[in-house]
Amino acid sequence: MYRIAEKESLAPGIKRIRVEAPLIARKTRPGNFIILRIDETDERIPLTVSDFDRDKGLISLIFQEVGYTTRKLGQLEVGDYIRDLVGPLGKHLDIEPYKKVICLGGGSGTALLYPKVKAFWQKGAEVFTITGARTGELVILEDELRGFSNELYITTDDGTYGYHGQVTDILDKLLQEHSDIDLILAIGPVPMMKAVVNITPPEIKTIVSLNALMVDGTGMCGGCRVTVNGETRFTCVDGPAFDGHQVDFDELINRLSFYKDTEDHLCKLDQLAREVEG
Amino acid sequence: MSLQKQKNPMSVQEPRERIKNFKEVALGYTPEEAINEAWRCLQCPTAPCVTGCPVEVPIPDFIKAVREENFEQAIDIIKTKNNLPAICGRVCPQEEQCEKVCIMGKKNEPVAIGRLERFVGDYALQKTSDKNSTYNRTTAKKEAKVAIIGSGPAGLTAAADLAKEGYQVTIFEALHATGGVLRYGIPEFRLPKGIVDQEVTEIKKLGVDIRLNVIIGKTITIEELFTAGYQAIFIGTGAGLPKFLNIPGENLNGIYSANEFLTRVNLMKAYKFPEYKTPVKIGKRVAVVGGGNVAMDSARTALRLGAEEVSIIYRRSKNELPARQEEIEHAEEEGIIFRTLNNPVAFHGEKGRVTKVECIRMELGEKDGSGRPVPVSVEDSNWFLPVDSVIIAIGQTPNPLLTSTTGNLKTEAWGGITVDENLATSIPGVFAGGDIITGAATVIKAMGAGKKAARSIIEYLEKAK
Ligand SMILES: Cc1cc2nc3c(=O)[nH]c(=O)nc-3n(C[C@H](O)[C@H](O)[C@H](O)COP(=O)(O)OP(=O)(O)OC[C@H]3O[C@@H](n4cnc5c(N)ncnc54)[C@H](O)[C@@H]3O)c2cc1C
Ligand code: FES
Repeated sequence: MYRIAEKESLAPGIKRIRVEAPLIARKTRPGNFIILRIDETDERIPLTVSDFDRDKGLISLIFQEVGYTTRKLGQLEVGDYIRDLVGPLGKHLDIEPYKKVICLGGGSGTALLYPKVKAFWQKGAEVFTITGARTGELVILEDELRGFSNELYITTDDGTYGYHGQVTDILDKLLQEHSDIDLILAIGPVPMMKAVVNITPPEIKTIVSLNALMVDGTGMCGGCRVTVNGETRFTCVDGPAFDGHQVDFDELINRLSFYKDTEDHLCKLDQLAREVEG
Repeated sequence: MSLQKQKNPMSVQEPRERIKNFKEVALGYTPEEAINEAWRCLQCPTAPCVTGCPVEVPIPDFIKAVREENFEQAIDIIKTKNNLPAICGRVCPQEEQCEKVCIMGKKNEPVAIGRLERFVGDYALQKTSDKNSTYNRTTAKKEAKVAIIGSGPAGLTAAADLAKEGYQVTIFEALHATGGVLRYGIPEFRLPKGIVDQEVTEIKKLGVDIRLNVIIGKTITIEELFTAGYQAIFIGTGAGLPKFLNIPGENLNGIYSANEFLTRVNLMKAYKFPEYKTPVKIGKRVAVVGGGNVAMDSARTALRLGAEEVSIIYRRSKNELPARQEEIEHAEEEGIIFRTLNNPVAFHGEKGRVTKVECIRMELGEKDGSGRPVPVSVEDSNWFLPVDSVIIAIGQTPNPLLTSTTGNLKTEAWGGITVDENLATSIPGVFAGGDIITGAATVIKAMGAGKKAARSIIEYLEKAK
């Protein structure tokens, strides 16, 4: 059992919890994720560790309440327990070799971007960060990101905050201004990552972090498979970060859609139960 | 008295009924049936059955006890060699082992050793559910700490044997539940999870500490286990990595590895959706690729989830199907279609979901090194099988999660851990057994390895004193 030590709301529908998981906190590095199961009857879902405090034995998880499980997670309060939590999973991202990087976060993907931005900064790299949201009130981690970036750009689809447009518009501009970028890192909705890859020249290393559906997270089921450079890879053990120029995004989008109807069904049942309870 | 030529039949749920539920198919012997069957044993002094058994259960002795209605004694006899009879009686390929060499079997049907073992195992579980443990600590508590990695049959057996000798044993398991394949692979209708739970409870009563959600190699490394004071380690991490066919279309929606499909249904209980929240979607027509136990389990599970037409696609002929005889028979009774001598070459889909398996017909050629005929494809014989989903059950290899993060642990080219005849690995104090050293094999072989490793570990710890 894993106790929730802190909880806060970052934006409507986006929450951050800090969970007591000392063994995992001790081992986590930027890019790792965990898998949790709230209760006996729940699904196992992966969440990226957005920050960790080794001394206090805490890991931070940021999630958007998009489905049944994340909504249920959002309803847990400080002092409540998560039944199962395992990690750290996946390959961590090598921070060392890069000197000048552009980091892009879309939606709640910004939460997953944050630990990497921080790590690049702490290793002395020059960091340009672009974070995009649908609308102003969904912009998250602005202060945190600003503290670890040379330049921070915020974009919103509706222009209610920051630049009115897409993260790729800013990326385009930065690529024209700087010829010595050695890494682009994009984390967000698949269409956004695909768009980023489409405008980055193949000679600039572009890493994307994939959010495939998972069950075990240990390479045991193959449900998280993706095609990278024409080969099948398992996101949970070979990833979650891959060379964006080699990822088959359309296949990923298709695979992510497979359980859409069962998820909707669960959410509807849940809604109904709530209404009945009043 | 004239000898009864056939085995006493074991009652089963009717096929038409059972395909609608996940309850156990085979129902087990009554005491009368068991005693009757026990009388069929010739008690031959050579006892070839004992050598046929990978862990050498004293078969004639326990059968004699059953015959004398002394079930308590029968369980004691079995447990000298086998900790998990209720499980082995259900899942061992007896026709390849003890029953294959049974003298009765030369002219008639062999003695139903598996059914008798199951009877005795179930009897013992029933007794212990209201009484104290059947396991007894035989010696005083010892100081030495031993870590067991993986809670499959290999790990559970090693843990029980070491705890019985008084060692401080901790099992580390990556998943949120114990049992390994017994839990996530073999379905409820063949091995009720209540039995796995009971066996695990027995092992806990011996003082074994079980820590779930810990991945050795990720959460804690082998080196850290030593630092934490564990003096010996047993690796029983199994063969958990699913193989794929690597043919076009394999990543279409609706195509599962057997591991994913069975894990969703067994471990995550997708068959109880929406009470349990993990979904599984299979549709009406399902093709299962492969011919082993995993394929039979997948096919029969699909049927129980409501599929109307379930085919097994296997590249050799029926004679070569590697599954247990009983599973093949049960699958046939339940209406599974065997499309043998066929091999998938591609999957085709519409709107991202699989709709057809393209198969090619096969013929049997010369025998290969293993004595099995090599399947050869028949040119221009491609045909299409319409499907809503596909389950790929063509085998598993060892999961590299632990080996890849443990630098000095020697492995074989195929990924298994290298061990010597005492199951010692290249790291002093670290032993390994089960599917991780053999590749996907059987429950009883994994248990045998667990036992052997426990003996080696005891020897190692005694020497280290
Ligand atoms: C569907 C199916 C049906 C089968 N049917 C039969 C049958 O009828 N008869 C039969 O005899 N055999 C059968 N088998 C084979 C049999 O189940 C296996 O041979 C046996 O379970 C192997 O035991 P094991 O202890 O070596 O490994 P497993 O049972 O695979 O257990 C390994 C355990 O280790 C855990 N683990 C892995 N890595 C780590 C790590 N790094 N840290 C911590 N824990 C870890 C895993 O989560 C797992 O729980 C079947 C297999 C399958 C998949
Ligand atoms: S989640 Fe099962 S293999 Fe990746």
